[in-house]
Amino acid sequence: MSLVTIIDYGAGNLHSAAKAFERVAAGLDDRPVIEVTSDPDRVRQADRIMLPGVGAFAECKAGLDAVDGMVEVLQERVIGGGVPFLGVCVGMQLLASEGREKLVTPGLGWIAGAVEKLTPSDPTLKIPHMGWNTISVLRPHALLAGIPTGPDGLHAYFVHSYHLVTDVAETLVATADYGGPVTACVGRDNIFGTQFHPEKSQALGLQLIENFLRWAP
Amino acid sequence: MSLKTRLIPCLDVMGGRVVKGVQFVDLIDAGDPVAAAIAYDAAGADELTFLDITASHEGRDTIFDVVARTAEHCFMPVTVGGGVRSIEDIRKLLLAGADKVAINSAAVNDPDFIERAADKFGNQCIVVSVDAKQRLDQRVGGDNRSEWEIFTHGGRRPAGLDAVEFATRLVARGAGELLVTSMDRDGTKSGFDLALTRAIADAVEVPVIASGGVGSLQDLVDGVKQGHASAVLAASIFHFGTFTIPQAKHYLREHGVDVRMDRAA
Repeated sequence: MSLVTIIDYGAGNLHSAAKAFERVAAGLDDRPVIEVTSDPDRVRQADRIMLPGVGAFAECKAGLDAVDGMVEVLQERVIGGGVPFLGVCVGMQLLASEGREKLVTPGLGWIAGAVEKLTPSDPTLKIPHMGWNTISVLRPHALLAGIPTGPDGLHAYFVHSYHLVTDVAETLVATADYGGPVTACVGRDNIFGTQFHPEKSQALGLQLIENFLRWAP
Repeated sequence: MSLKTRLIPCLDVMGGRVVKGVQFVDLIDAGDPVAAAIAYDAAGADELTFLDITASHEGRDTIFDVVARTAEHCFMPVTVGGGVRSIEDIRKLLLAGADKVAINSAAVNDPDFIERAADKFGNQCIVVSVDAKQRLDQRVGGDNRSEWEIFTHGGRRPAGLDAVEFATRLVARGAGELLVTSMDRDGTKSGFDLALTRAIADAVEVPVIASGGVGSLQDLVDGVKQGHASAVLAASIFHFGTFTIPQAKHYLREHGVDVRMDRAA
């Protein structure tokens, strides 16, 4: 039986994420076990790893760093071992080289780029970018398979004031439009991240989680 | 711009059961909040708001169970308001599955609390409830005051604060969204206080949810078009079946408001 760990480092809506993963897992043949954990040894044994995160970049990074051995295990398993990885919201932003929210903070550096404040071209647009938006896929990806996208597609739930601006175009998988392109999904190899919340995005989110649980990068 | 206007049904909860107050008195018990949440989720509601109106008194812990059970069934954003007074209250609600908390009295009494909460959990999950009434005295504007003042305790207690000034100040302290409720209109079915909604929406950078007074589907359109709200909240028109969520979404779309139709076909 495969193990999916959702990392608990004191930042995030873990109950919602766990419930959404459990709902999807129950419908899969191999019934993967969903475990919320702050134990690096459990993460080391995981077949898939999900990193949630809400709040500010610097606080989340400090929270992750404060879990003894966690960043090291993530490096070992995700970068070294090729374990499928999904980062959500700030858990996705943490993949960047650095965050520029309040202060400049180094990230995990897995997706080259920086987390920067949204600057919609229309100054009347509200910040945070909060609510349901459609996404446009720039590069087809297994995690978006079977999901209707584009202006007439399904919607994803966003709530953020910053986004990950990638340095390498190939790592930008999907965008939303909010007075200009806003990073919605990033990815490379066995690493994927969504700025929106799959666990709060109804049909689109559950399909993305299912795709992640089936993903063999 | 393809961000959609949000339609938010609100469930007033007391002791773990749904009620809807008309002008915050005369409560009618009308159901199980989790069942209602599941129905709204299936109907295509964009978010759900629970207002725990028992919060100031006993039975406080029932809301955590309601939120946790809702999160098991509904994969949509949930906001919880009512009696949120401490960092620990917020942490427990977020851990139970809430995405945002709406804070009223504590924001009035201690604006520092909003700053601490926003620093801790992020601005995006801190909603400040702006409960406002039109002033009884007419000396408006002479000292930069707006027409409205802030009330707490379900509209019973005047706070002696100007509503627009309060809203602007709390956004500066870290509120990521404002839930603007006209205490004059709440429960009256006579429409939002559009001037109040617009005065605040135009003054702040963050999204405003219009609340209080919806009686018709046109009221929802007016809240967006005239009130400049990013989201519209209603309780009784949905809860008592006067209109369905899909009916409201079709009406909004037909009247030029861009809404999410994923489940409202």
